[in-house]
Amino acid sequence: MALTKADIINTVQADEGLTKQQSTDIIETLIEIIKSTLQSGEDVLISGFGKFCIRDKNERKGRNPATGDDLMLAPRRVVTFKCSGKLRDRIN
Amino acid sequence: MNKADLADALSEANGLTKTEAKVIVDTFFNEMVETLARGERVEIRGFCSFYVKQYKPYVGRNPKTGETVQISPKKLPYFKCGKELKERVDY
Repeated sequence: MALTKADIINTVQADEGLTKQQSTDIIETLIEIIKSTLQSGEDVLISGFGKFCIRDKNERKGRNPATGDDLMLAPRRVVTFKCSGKLRDRIN
Repeated sequence: MNKADLADALSEANGLTKTEAKVIVDTFFNEMVETLARGERVEIRGFCSFYVKQYKPYVGRNPKTGETVQISPKKLPYFKCGKELKERVDY
């Protein structure tokens, strides 16, 4: 089973002795802070976990995999993730 | 922004003490680490999801010296950006 936001909210609620509403608000706020930081173009570095990076991608030629048609992919800005060494060690 | 900045921003936004905010930020990421360490998926709607991807062994090359090196099989977290985040970050 995948870990979801609801699972994290439950853990925070139990650990901190908060109400469901309080822990929901806190986790929603936390996620919103991360998202707006990334939206502003700033990277988010979480030691022991990894780094959420903002990368600008240039325009490039692509292909529609269904039809095989050539098309131009517009320049865009994306989020990438660089795994920390600690997390990599935990997984292996 | 690093983890300490994140905890500070959270304490300001929610009226938590800095210590409480720090504990919650740690819990948030620790839960994800523990889940991935068990090989399970993480899915935070609108933000991102992660799953553990198994990579096969392969023969690589040191780009500096040109020497061939054997890369052993490994597992890495695979990050997928959530739809809402993807749309908000793109211009």
